[in-house]
Amino acid sequence: MGEFGTPEQLIQAAKKTREAGYRHVDAYAPFPVEGLSEALRLHRSWVPFITLLGGLAGGLGGFGLQYWAAAITYPQNIGGRPLNSWPAFIPVTFELTILGASLSAVLGMLALNRLPQPHHPVFNVPRFTHASTDRFFICIQARDRKFHLADTARFLQGLDAHHVSEVSDD
Amino acid sequence: MSAGQPPLDSPEIRRLTPVLAPGYTYASVTDKISAIVLTRPTSLGWFVGFGIAFSLMGMMTIAIGWLITKGVGIWGINIPIGWGFAIVNFVWWIGIGHAGTLISAILFLLNQKWRTSINRFAEAMTLFAVACAGIFPLIHTGRPWMAFYMFPYPSTMGLWPQFRSPLIWDVFAVSTYGTVSLLFWFVGLIPDLATLRDRANTKAKQIIYGMLAMGWRGSAHHWHNYQSAYLLLAGLATPLVLSVHTVVSLDFATAIVPGWHTTIFPPYFVAGAIYSGFAMVLTIAIPLRKAYGLEDFITMRHLDNMAKVMLATGLIVAYGYFFEFFMSLYSGNKFDVFLVQQRLHGPYAPFYYALILCNILTPQLLWFYKMRHNVVVLFLMSIVVNIGMWLERFVIVVISLTRDFVPSAWGRYSPTFWDWATFIGTIGMFVTLIFLFVRVLPAISIAEMRELVAETSEEEK
Repeated sequence: MGEFGTPEQLIQAAKKTREAGYRHVDAYAPFPVEGLSEALRLHRSWVPFITLLGGLAGGLGGFGLQYWAAAITYPQNIGGRPLNSWPAFIPVTFELTILGASLSAVLGMLALNRLPQPHHPVFNVPRFTHASTDRFFICIQARDRKFHLADTARFLQGLDAHHVSEVSDD
Repeated sequence: MSAGQPPLDSPEIRRLTPVLAPGYTYASVTDKISAIVLTRPTSLGWFVGFGIAFSLMGMMTIAIGWLITKGVGIWGINIPIGWGFAIVNFVWWIGIGHAGTLISAILFLLNQKWRTSINRFAEAMTLFAVACAGIFPLIHTGRPWMAFYMFPYPSTMGLWPQFRSPLIWDVFAVSTYGTVSLLFWFVGLIPDLATLRDRANTKAKQIIYGMLAMGWRGSAHHWHNYQSAYLLLAGLATPLVLSVHTVVSLDFATAIVPGWHTTIFPPYFVAGAIYSGFAMVLTIAIPLRKAYGLEDFITMRHLDNMAKVMLATGLIVAYGYFFEFFMSLYSGNKFDVFLVQQRLHGPYAPFYYALILCNILTPQLLWFYKMRHNVVVLFLMSIVVNIGMWLERFVIVVISLTRDFVPSAWGRYSPTFWDWATFIGTIGMFVTLIFLFVRVLPAISIAEMRELVAETSEEEK
């Protein structure tokens, strides 16, 4: 794992790491760095799709619930007015669409990030506490086919990393 | 504006009052904000303020306890004025919450940088205001332990809620709003909780913040999904916030009561909500930045912008008042015309004039640059607007209900001690929660401030 001082260095390093053929790479930053996802060639996030599904489920479920309650299981004849008075069902349908979409956006984001995750090997590196303040890191995982402890460390040093440290699993 | 001042949009003014004072680095913004929570000793002022607020909250607990024991008869409500303080306060609090969502969601979508240092505590304000608001309809039902009847659940009696009723719309709108505001706030907090975890100076803090941060590492994969989720939440919260006060206004507008049955209510309620919300954000921001020395983060630029939003929404509200008035007269409907007379000359006319003074006349001072840059004036103005918006709901609820169609059904309303105790008690609860919040969580988003540092340093290059 290599440590960098600025977001620009991080992006340069991320690009070069990918160009060098490393695939199992992650970068760490104290705030979202513009262009980092592209530099690491991350695929598009699944969060919007999950949110769409959640919103559809909330909306259809919400309208279905009202239709079922007002027209099927508990019909009330009020002066012969229609049982399926759909305009009056719109506010609740709308609110439940938003609720379903928001819940699935947040839970989907957490699930895709595999959070909550109480421990991760990167926390074993003492300097990693700075990753949430002002330091930027690139981590090349040992499961990468190109990974070789000494060569990879040299490669990271070649990218002008301030520090290069080994992340151990225990 | 006096003659010597440059025009407001000139680069000179922008340079004079930036959104972030110059010279900050990633580390120094982090230090400054996290120190308030982690290392700074709790001041005597905090304890005094918290003590007062907490006592008021205790008064609220007693008032609610007494209400549950005796019933809603301890309040001033009667027939025909069945709504009284409970609904006035409910609408007031819900409206206050709206500015938080506006700042965090709408200004985010509009890419307004000045939202960054105020969004966190504005969102917290939203949550606490919604919590205060939620109390009122609940205890106003008279049997709050039966409130679950309003939720659709398969009961053994085969009963279902009446989904055509605005009361049920309200239940869904307010509970969705509360939930989404909480999600939005919490998602924004996750990276900051990780920062606090990594900088914690005691084991207990490390464990608590660590659990709340859920193992956030700031990895590129995390940020990738996080940004997508945050943007979507902002996009979802935007129509939501507009819908919530629309639904609240429909509680009134779907009724046939004169003064309520108007189509202007939804937009005019939403504007009023944002107006009162920005007033409350100023009421909190001004003492907060003073007490914790955050003038570099919450700069005069922020206060100036918030004052401008207040002025703009205040003018929309004034437009609403004018057209409410005009349409009543223009319609020629004798009950509507009578309502206008009641507002101007009836027994509650002083409240109407006070409302016009607080909400329309006083805020016109905000046209002046000097007024917007005078912190004391802004603070007093925000209090005036808060009072004005409370009066607006009082006028809408009470004047319409006291004198509707048939004189034999007219009545009078005056709040009792318990009405006031509950209302002032919720203010105590709100302030208590704010005090706790600034002490245990970062009141300004640290991650977003770092992003702002990155952006401003890019601009300087």
